[in-house]
Amino acid sequence: MIQLSANHILYLVEAARWTVLLSLIAFAGGAMVGLPLALMRVSRSALLRGLASVYIQVVQGTPLLIVLFLSYFGLGILGYKLDPLIAAGLSFTIYAAAFLAEIWRGCIQAVPKTQWEASDCLGLNPVQQYAYVILPQAVRIATPPTVGFMVQIVKNTSLASVIGFVELARAGQIVNNSTFEPFAIFAIVGAIYFAICYPLSVASRHLERKANAGR
Amino acid sequence: MSYKFDFEFLAERWPDFVAGAWLTIQLTVASIALGFLLGTVCALARVYGGPAVRRVVGVYVEAIRNTPLLIQIFIVYFGLSSLGLKLSAEVSAIVALTVNMGAYTTEIMRAGIQSIQRTQLEAADCLGLTKLQTILHVVLLPAMERVYPALSSQFVLLMLASSITSQISAEELTATANLVQSDTYRSFEVYVIVAVVYLALSALYRFALWAIGLVLFERRRKLGTPL
Repeated sequence: MIQLSANHILYLVEAARWTVLLSLIAFAGGAMVGLPLALMRVSRSALLRGLASVYIQVVQGTPLLIVLFLSYFGLGILGYKLDPLIAAGLSFTIYAAAFLAEIWRGCIQAVPKTQWEASDCLGLNPVQQYAYVILPQAVRIATPPTVGFMVQIVKNTSLASVIGFVELARAGQIVNNSTFEPFAIFAIVGAIYFAICYPLSVASRHLERKANAGR
Repeated sequence: MSYKFDFEFLAERWPDFVAGAWLTIQLTVASIALGFLLGTVCALARVYGGPAVRRVVGVYVEAIRNTPLLIQIFIVYFGLSSLGLKLSAEVSAIVALTVNMGAYTTEIMRAGIQSIQRTQLEAADCLGLTKLQTILHVVLLPAMERVYPALSSQFVLLMLASSITSQISAEELTATANLVQSDTYRSFEVYVIVAVVYLALSALYRFALWAIGLVLFERRRKLGTPL
């Protein structure tokens, strides 16, 4: 049996880079899809509101693991064989978009109504209202919960391991297969996740306190 | 697209899906109940306990909330068994989900307990309620009513997250899906069906939690308004 050595730990730390990369892809994709969805949720058109709401309800009511299986194995059998990185990126985008849209909808609605009325009186059109008045204020409200959601994204990238993508969790399994010291290895893997997530949690709480202090 | 959808395997395999969904329900109801108890005790300890107890609960909450459930499950199932404590996949799943649920419940219930004003405790004292009565009727129930929406979403999220226990071969819904798709090569159809079952389970849990809320909280039943 191979002994657990510093090299193994180095391998795990290197695999954590893929966890970070996957998280960034998930966040970028989720933000790109999530912002339009959030705007649809607060739109005046009942159809747009309904469509966005159905999307969010369906994604939030389905396990991320099933979304991953669908995009990796499911699309594969339909003839669209995706690389694990692409399938994972696609699944995390679908997932993050639904949650970010709900978070951001709340933040847009938290901007006081008078801001809409005032900008209306100044003769701004809806696009200008969003760009210059509403969204800049919504972004300040949205920052703490968004950073908090980043923690969920980082943790959930561990599920990419089940479709064979070698990130931190999968690397842990690989090291475990050769050394068979699961307790130590998964504790180390957990500690690396903690090292990534905890600063984000602290930052989120700190930002929230700062935002509330200003009021 | 030349792919033909084929749901014929359902005629033969539907009992497997029912069994899988049933195990999912059993696993999650058990871990929600146990996790809620654990979390409520920890929340009380965090608010009213001494500095050392508060510190221990704080470490537990942060450790669980900042690491993936998948790794927690691996530590319970593979880790503990390598240390000599062999648990079955189902028991490991319940232990891991309970510990996870407990950490999230602690944070939610803590917020609720801290929202109970001091004057309420003083009033309870004046009325001659015992410590236990005060905690149950004056602190916990109103605290729970205030945070009930957040608790409910967390419970539904746990039910969805229980799909991860398929990775240690607990034969719940997702593991059933993996098994059937490897027998039939109908992965797209299988996962679509399972996604629909999970959606239905989410709706069922939401409904059940709403009904439990009505039974538990008099105000909601009589006035129809949340606290």
